Amino acid sequence: MAETESITAPDISHIHRLSNGMTLVAEPMPWLRSAAFTLLVPAGTRSEPEGLQGLCSMTLDLAQRGAGRRNSRQIVEDLDFMGIERSSSCSTFHTSFSVACVAESLNETLGIYADIVLRPHMPEDEVDESRQTALQELLSIEDDPSQKVFTQLKNLRYGAQFGRSPYGSTEGLESVQLQDMFDYHVGRYIPDGAILAVAGKFEWGELKGMVDKLFGDWQSTETTPPGPVPIQTGVQHLQHESSQTHIALAYDCVPYQHPDFYQSRGLISVLSDGMSSRLFSEVREKRGLVYTVSASCQTIGDQGSVLTYAGTTGPRAQETLDVTIETIKSLGNGITEGELSRLKARVKSSLVMEQESSTSRSSQIATDWYYLKRVPNRKQVLAEIESLTCESLLVHFQQYPPTGWGLVTMGPEPVVLAQDLVRVDSSSTGVASDDASNGASQLPETAKPPAAKGTTR
Amino acid sequence: MKFENTTLDNGLQIIAEVNDEAFSQSLGYFVKTGSRDEVPDMGGVSHFLEHMVFKGTDKRSAEDVNRELDELGAQSNAYTCEDQTVYYMSILPDQQTQAVDLLTDLMRPALRTSDFETEKNVILEEIAMYDDAPPYGSMERCMESFYGDHPLSIRVLGTPQTVSDLDSESMREYHQDRYAPDNLCLVATGAVDFDALVKQAEILTKSWKPSGFKRVSTMPKHGSAELQFQHAPAVQQYTFELSQGVSRNDPRRHAYRLLATVLGDDSGSRAFWALVDPGLAESAGMFAHEYDECGILGLFLTCTPEDTQANWDALVSIVREETGKKITERELTVAKNKICSSLVLSSERPGNRLFTVGNAMTMRGVYETVDQSIANYRRVTLDAVHDAWVDYVNQGGARVTIGPELDVLK
Repeated sequence: MAETESITAPDISHIHRLSNGMTLVAEPMPWLRSAAFTLLVPAGTRSEPEGLQGLCSMTLDLAQRGAGRRNSRQIVEDLDFMGIERSSSCSTFHTSFSVACVAESLNETLGIYADIVLRPHMPEDEVDESRQTALQELLSIEDDPSQKVFTQLKNLRYGAQFGRSPYGSTEGLESVQLQDMFDYHVGRYIPDGAILAVAGKFEWGELKGMVDKLFGDWQSTETTPPGPVPIQTGVQHLQHESSQTHIALAYDCVPYQHPDFYQSRGLISVLSDGMSSRLFSEVREKRGLVYTVSASCQTIGDQGSVLTYAGTTGPRAQETLDVTIETIKSLGNGITEGELSRLKARVKSSLVMEQESSTSRSSQIATDWYYLKRVPNRKQVLAEIESLTCESLLVHFQQYPPTGWGLVTMGPEPVVLAQDLVRVDSSSTGVASDDASNGASQLPETAKPPAAKGTTR
Repeated sequence: MKFENTTLDNGLQIIAEVNDEAFSQSLGYFVKTGSRDEVPDMGGVSHFLEHMVFKGTDKRSAEDVNRELDELGAQSNAYTCEDQTVYYMSILPDQQTQAVDLLTDLMRPALRTSDFETEKNVILEEIAMYDDAPPYGSMERCMESFYGDHPLSIRVLGTPQTVSDLDSESMREYHQDRYAPDNLCLVATGAVDFDALVKQAEILTKSWKPSGFKRVSTMPKHGSAELQFQHAPAVQQYTFELSQGVSRNDPRRHAYRLLATVLGDDSGSRAFWALVDPGLAESAGMFAHEYDECGILGLFLTCTPEDTQANWDALVSIVREETGKKITERELTVAKNKICSSLVLSSERPGNRLFTVGNAMTMRGVYETVDQSIANYRRVTLDAVHDAWVDYVNQGGARVTIGPELDVLK
């Protein structure tokens, strides 16, 4: 039986920096049958020219419609033939590809993705198909209030450039031309800042050689570093004839790369991780106000945010918001020993279980390398968590009390944010380095409402 | 990997797929009752009871339950569907004793009347949440239309009316009957100490009495109505059509699933190339699902209301009229590879194996290794898939479409 001490088993990440600026980060998990990778390319929505919102996602779509020696259909067929599980997406600073396969297919799959990133055909006769696909995705968000409120909150909080939706806008998508996508590809699909993170069953020497061969010739072009990410506060209501009012609330916290991040993440855990967490017990268990209430953290640039969500039927929306905010403030009354030990137990078990998933681990080490330029191993993370005390958490809360509130609601009636929380003119700014939603994926995140068949508690 | 299987004197079956190499362990109680085992007036009682199970027992308050689950560092949850209710957790192996104690105690909830009323509000919120989210209840409406007065038409969540009308006394009776040991299966996967598990379960469930409950399975009469509903705030149009598939004990079920993958998977299928890849539809495809005595082959389409008629015609033509375009060996191999690769990838976590192993035993009474499951798909022939296809096109279906306006689909 694998003992709990396996938490301290050696987990060695290999780092290989290519001369063109790309970094390969890899962690062998030889007990698995699978391998997974996360490829981050520094092409994000923040680099879209004004008026072309959605260029990032259209370029991503078109790049997959033929690359290297394969046309659009051959790419899909070859990936499907190997049973590759994959997804791709755009964020503020990156275009990312996430892939999982049986170990034997890793090399060939990496080859296909190298083609997509370096040698896409960008076929003119499929531009409209890419546009239509992107427009369909945009429409799907319109029908999903819980996603829509967060898209809008991001825009409210980070402004026109950094708060862009990865889905773009109708006007933007309708304006994008093939030349725009060529230019965007040349300018932003570059190795300088690109990260390939691999986890699972592989042989390091072979992988390193393969990556050198596939990505070694990738040329960089000059780029300008991003400017500061402005933070704006405010309140917005989207009128919608829905049954529930959907409430998305944000406030500042320290970002992923901050030395005190684990304090901040610990506080969110007390607030939202597990059924004994404060939000679950105050908003749902004691009052029955909601089915879903949750909090998570997000880092964009060097701005950290706590994002909370609650959905409740109209007449109870104000009470739900008020109780949510009171519960957040209650962290200032102190953290109990019980809460602290439960939070430690959760992290410990997540760290152990992460060893069962190459996908989780590849995404985690990509995030770590991006923000920290190092990959903390399980022992180091555990030591950080063990060093948390009730007192340190309280001190952190006092040092970084919730400020910079942003609120977006969607539903039949607006709700009111208390006057003392609305500070219209107190924007803060930060220097951008990058983003990744819910950065600390190795720490437990509260689950989103499930879409699966059947219904979950 | 070793399979263990035993049944206690009180009828409680305990099974495990033991993997000494695993880092974690997953545990679950599979209760063989769901919405299809309800009477229409009490629609939603299985799901409501699932919520109430977390509200405490004679030994534990609701706070105790939530706290202990979190103390275990457990990833725990529960779900209810048409044919079962499942409570599960993933833990570190050294927590087995505590976890079994807690999970077993939960199967005997106190069902306090005061908690009942608070939790009713949570469930009404859950119903409201799904009302606001795509596909806006169109699948449930389609099930109602397809299954008519057969119990598979009962909604898992119930309706606001049936949930509001439920009382704690009827729930108690329902619980006594359905959570009897002979209607439960305790399933464990990963790094499990099976002997200890059986010994502990035997002591903890000593006083439990079997009820003799057996599901009544009758063949449904399938409806074929074409219905339209309006949901004014929606932007897109959502359409479902259900036709007869095969049951979970039918040897043809692998062929049916492969057929749905070739024609309607979300990547690389015929529907994908015709409708999704060109951006004509947000999604379009086909799925197979099985129950005890019958099954479903379903079609779905999401796109703008204006394009719905043309896209639907195209989808129906692909799946119903183009049997002349024979499925190729290559298409079938790709479909098999997709399913088999996904079986391998998902099997790495004991938390995923729990459902595969538990469902196979409680629903079909068998245990299959990953390799056996793979072999079941590998051996399906092109002829078997074609036969499934011909069976499918010879049937009608029940259709529901919902969107911002009416009259979008003939």
